[in-house]
Amino acid sequence: MPTNNDPVGNNPVGNNPVGNNPVGKKLCLSVKGLTKEFGFGRQKNVAVNKVDMDLYEGEVVSIVGESGSGKTTLSKMLLGLINSTEGDIYFQGKKRDISSYSKKQEYWKNIQAIFQDPFSSYNIFNKIDAVLLDCINMRGGRRLPQAKKVEMMTEACSFVNLKYEEMTNKYPFELSGGQMQRLMIARIFLLKPKILLADEPTSMIDACSRATILDMLMKLRDETGMTLIFITHDIGLAYYVSDQVFIMEHGKFVESGSPDDVILHPREPYTKRLINDVPKIYEEWDLTTV
Amino acid sequence: MGKVILEVNELTTKYITRFGEDVYAVDHVSLKVEEGKSLGIAGESGCGKSTLALSLMGYYFPPLHYTSGEIIIDGHNITGMKPDDVRKSILGTEIAYIPQAAMNALNPTQKVINIIEDVVQAHDPSKKKKDIYDLARAGFEKLGLPADVLQRYPVELSGGMKQRTVIAISVILGPKVLIADEPSSALDVTSQKMVIKMLRNLMDNGMIKAMIFITHELPLLYNVTTDIMVMYAGQIVEKGAAKETVFDPLHPYAKGLMGSIIVPEAGLRGVKLTAIPGVPPNLKKPPSGCRFAERCKYVHPECKASSVGVTTVGDNRTYRCILSEKELREVYKNAN
Repeated sequence: MPTNNDPVGNNPVGNNPVGNNPVGKKLCLSVKGLTKEFGFGRQKNVAVNKVDMDLYEGEVVSIVGESGSGKTTLSKMLLGLINSTEGDIYFQGKKRDISSYSKKQEYWKNIQAIFQDPFSSYNIFNKIDAVLLDCINMRGGRRLPQAKKVEMMTEACSFVNLKYEEMTNKYPFELSGGQMQRLMIARIFLLKPKILLADEPTSMIDACSRATILDMLMKLRDETGMTLIFITHDIGLAYYVSDQVFIMEHGKFVESGSPDDVILHPREPYTKRLINDVPKIYEEWDLTTV
Repeated sequence: MGKVILEVNELTTKYITRFGEDVYAVDHVSLKVEEGKSLGIAGESGCGKSTLALSLMGYYFPPLHYTSGEIIIDGHNITGMKPDDVRKSILGTEIAYIPQAAMNALNPTQKVINIIEDVVQAHDPSKKKKDIYDLARAGFEKLGLPADVLQRYPVELSGGMKQRTVIAISVILGPKVLIADEPSSALDVTSQKMVIKMLRNLMDNGMIKAMIFITHELPLLYNVTTDIMVMYAGQIVEKGAAKETVFDPLHPYAKGLMGSIIVPEAGLRGVKLTAIPGVPPNLKKPPSGCRFAERCKYVHPECKASSVGVTTVGDNRTYRCILSEKELREVYKNAN
């Protein structure tokens, strides 16, 4: 990976390790030598090992790896939920500062997440109204008139094909898994973050709702121009959605590049194995290599 | 034609809600599974796949109730048996069932071998521990699982290993039919592949005679089963050989499911996924006509008028639509 002295991204071309040249795109998030270690001495476990990546505005990036490869630790560091042992994160050209809670809150206006399990993503005591209202308040809409707030919530619900009138007096657990995940996207629609981190957003819902969720995320990306980070173990999904793919093994990126390069012409044995593990329908699925 | 291992005729079962309403989750389902064949059941959440699995084991506990139809396993009619009798004489020996979150069902305070002893002694209390150990060891070796798993506690095993252990336990008494209900949906792709390989091994070794595999992932079904059945709102809407159903679906719902497949193969990147709009109908008041009519792109006014019968194409293929095979193909051709 090329070293670069230009972490702020004035020169995105020279800064781009994968070579798909996004001239004209602005650097959104830049990660330099990010490392996370757990434990000390003999117990030391390096979960994320000197990871570099550059994300541009409006890009869809996938981080693919099997269980235990460090995907979730990396995403927690990106979100600012845990501190890194080493390395820096630059957000829109400036070094990210999350030293106090108020600064963290400021940062979270720009980065938001959708998690795997929609059932545990909500406060079970809050009605859906409150969930959406929170988002409006967070974007500085606290003093807006009630009618305007309702209008905004209705718009967000209709964006994800939910009816606000049906939602308003319900608790999140009264919805199905697919509906909950769609409501999560409605939240993101209201929050309009610069970056959305989706950690296995479709692994707990059925294939049919999965298509709906993916379509909505893509539509949201097109409308707001946000950067979308997919964390997944399903390389098929990564191939389908992303502009850039990072393959992660034992805390390191072993391969990265455009999905056509990485997934159709893999170089690393690990990538080949991951691809081989996904069931195919047009090609023979080789079951001998487990 | 091989020997029929599992035969289900016009099975209807219902849930009775706490308000006394009847919900027919399985509605006049008929199917046959021959020896050496496996049947895949596809469909979205809430269309009755898991209820069908419970029903065809004869495992009726409220709120699930038997209504009509019959179930024959290897010539033995189990219709009308009490759930307790089913548990003693059918489960494990005739039919084995792997539920969705099977790996969480292992008792964390018992070693795997103790769990197996429990299972075997429930059916045959006279069996000695030594014999059970030998039986378990032989079974595990045949399935390629390390024998030292037997002496471990479930918490020491990874998710994929737990799931494979559960499968190995479920076939220890030599059942004829195995029903696997989403056995791999909580696993990552590598563990999933191991589970799939194990299920295929079971069929190839002749440890089970027939299998029913339930999932919503069509690429998986295509790779595991010989036949595929698509369910919608408690009814079978399409049934046929795996290849035909995946590559050349006839029913518009099956066609829609095909549109949501994601596989990492050349030329499929960024292809528009065709999600089926809307949600399945409320089965408390099912529509009188075709149940898929509300969401169907090719709906006709007649669809909603009266219930739609099953049409048979060729030897082994059925679908439930008012259009003929030729008309359907015409419609799909024009839609592209």
